[in-house]
Amino acid sequence: MADTTAHLEAHATGHDAASHHEPTGWRRWVYSTNHKDIGIMYLVFAIVAGILGGLLSGVMRMELQEPGIQIFHGLASMVYGVEGGEAIDAGKHMYNVFTTAHALIMVFFVVMPATMGGFANYFAPLMIGAPDTAFPRINNIAFWLLPPAFILLLMSLFFEGTGPGALGFGGGWTVYPPLSTSGHPGPAMDFAILSLHVAGVSSILGAINLITTIFNMRAPGMTLHKMPLFAWSVLVTAFLLLLALPVLAGAITMLLTDRNFGTTFFNPAGGGDPVLFQHLFWFFGHPEVYIMILPGFGIISHIVSTFSRKPVFGYMAMAYAMVAIGFVGFVVWAHHMYTTGLSLDVQRYFVAATMVIAVPTGVKIFSWIATMWGGSITFKSPMLWAIGFIFLFTVGGVTGVVLANAGADRALHDTYYVVAHFHYVLSLGAVFSIFAAWYYWYPKMFGYMYNEFLAKLHFWVMFVGVNLIFFPQHFLGLAGMPRRYIDYPDAFGMWNRVSSVGYYITFVAMIIFFYATWEAARKKRPAGDNPWGDGATTLEWTLSSPPPFHQFTTLPKIDSTNAH
Amino acid sequence: MVDLTNPAIDPAMARRNRRVAFAGLFIAAGMVGLAYASVPLYQLFCQLTGFGGTTQVAGDSPKGAIAREMTVRFDSNVANDLAWSVTPAASITDRIGMVDTVNYVATNNSDEPITGTAVFNVSPAKAGAYFNKIECFCFTEQTLQPGETVDMPIVFFIDPELADNHELATVNEITLSYTFYASDNEGS
Repeated sequence: MADTTAHLEAHATGHDAASHHEPTGWRRWVYSTNHKDIGIMYLVFAIVAGILGGLLSGVMRMELQEPGIQIFHGLASMVYGVEGGEAIDAGKHMYNVFTTAHALIMVFFVVMPATMGGFANYFAPLMIGAPDTAFPRINNIAFWLLPPAFILLLMSLFFEGTGPGALGFGGGWTVYPPLSTSGHPGPAMDFAILSLHVAGVSSILGAINLITTIFNMRAPGMTLHKMPLFAWSVLVTAFLLLLALPVLAGAITMLLTDRNFGTTFFNPAGGGDPVLFQHLFWFFGHPEVYIMILPGFGIISHIVSTFSRKPVFGYMAMAYAMVAIGFVGFVVWAHHMYTTGLSLDVQRYFVAATMVIAVPTGVKIFSWIATMWGGSITFKSPMLWAIGFIFLFTVGGVTGVVLANAGADRALHDTYYVVAHFHYVLSLGAVFSIFAAWYYWYPKMFGYMYNEFLAKLHFWVMFVGVNLIFFPQHFLGLAGMPRRYIDYPDAFGMWNRVSSVGYYITFVAMIIFFYATWEAARKKRPAGDNPWGDGATTLEWTLSSPPPFHQFTTLPKIDSTNAH
Repeated sequence: MVDLTNPAIDPAMARRNRRVAFAGLFIAAGMVGLAYASVPLYQLFCQLTGFGGTTQVAGDSPKGAIAREMTVRFDSNVANDLAWSVTPAASITDRIGMVDTVNYVATNNSDEPITGTAVFNVSPAKAGAYFNKIECFCFTEQTLQPGETVDMPIVFFIDPELADNHELATVNEITLSYTFYASDNEGS
């Protein structure tokens, strides 16, 4: 790729764009049609939502630190104005509302906006040599639908849920009926449904924009098979969004009409079936977990390659492994439903199909390690985050293979083992990939270098913290502690205490993160166009840091054979 | 230099972009359609395969009895909005394939006529495909006069092909469960 650098005139920042009007002030952001500005807004949005989602889990961990009910009855009497035994009941409901809100915020308003909104918007067009996305105005709409969706979700917390004095929806992010229909007669659930509708429209518009950009606007010579792996991961993820989200939209619309207009899609009294909702939900829900992790796969490939100073090992296998994961991800949904009375043959199929996903995932882990093998590795902070990702994602993947077995799942279903599993792949996997991308692309996005020591400190403190939170939860799950309860028997006390201490350590890590970001913004150390050296071969490093408002007015020509 | 990829300048690019975008919208709309199509498809699938304990409807010609015996237990639930009491039939043990008749007894406890319907399934769910009902009160809505008590007959047999299903080899008891609801049109 380095041989294409000479063609670029990108360093003439801004001035060559004299024919374009460059908006300033609030108009630059609110009216923005610029993929980089929109990407930054997505990232800021994800950080704001992430603070809230993280604090919610903090209150939950404080509650679970000791057996018994410590916090929530007090919170409930403060917020709901109830006393005594009523406050205890309201507190239990409030705990459920917190778990539900934590999940929905983290999935729809943190991870998805950060990866598919922020990094994909900012870097997919740069990596394929496009001046902007195909539909800049749709991009603007897609972003600005998110804040209203988030506000709707927050409003839902303050409307009646199960009954008077119990505000918010407490039925989990899976919103299973009948708890989400007859179980929550108040309007809280309706607000949550509308929030998901708006967030879904936002994601679908964003996905269409990215698919069109990647299909039509690649620089001359950049065939799909020369496209960087992050662009591949974004392409596959956008297709998953396009196929999965409408099914969720349909399912929750049925919930909405069941609740308000007397339809009986999920009500047996009218010939419906609540299990149908689970099928529809997980047909969306399983691809959704790949939507959250696939962009991370792309990010990690670039970081490992950059800091090993080697091209990615097995490029084609890496690209098609993601396609395979996306495809197989649509035919394994009922492994979330082993305990709903599926026949043994159906369970056998879903066990086998689920296990198959371990093969392309193994190809990816193998190729990352093979990329490092014999490479000239430098352990800069993005590389630490990437290696941390590989380790944590592998741990989560292994417990996933355990849970894929219908027999084992009988015992582990809805225990903390499942909580540990999906937090290892998402909270630790996806979030580590987001931080890896943040530290990898921070100098490119903002033009300044962060303090390397603080970035490494952030990594090590967070690595210790999250492992301390979630590894003991495997033990709790194996011992039979069920999830989604405010209280537990004394026997589970010790590992819950350890887990809560892990949260406090992670909290310190987040303070380090914000301090490091503030410090970098204040010190203004110029980063240069490419702070990572020869290993960073993708097109964004050929531009200035930060890139000009409009890039690639002269298209780069891709003629090298190892474009990735 | 002309910017070849700027859709505002190049109409051919704008056209290509629109084509991909409409294909994307079409896919999204199609998936919403499929989500709704899954409702009747799922129902059909359950009726055809007995999935989820959906029982079968049959004529009156069983394929003959086999030696293996099966106990059938009966269960009833009444929704809160229906002022009926329903007593299920006593359990019955017979050879698989025999046609049996049992009676549920329902009483209207209110002082006005009430129409109700019942939904039903069997447990274990896998047995649904083999549970054949020739006649059942559940096929039609029932109206009970104030204080009236009626017998509700079920005529059923279990398909001997059940013996060929290895998943049911250890099953010697099937429970048929009814839940009664107030009917929407006349209400309680």
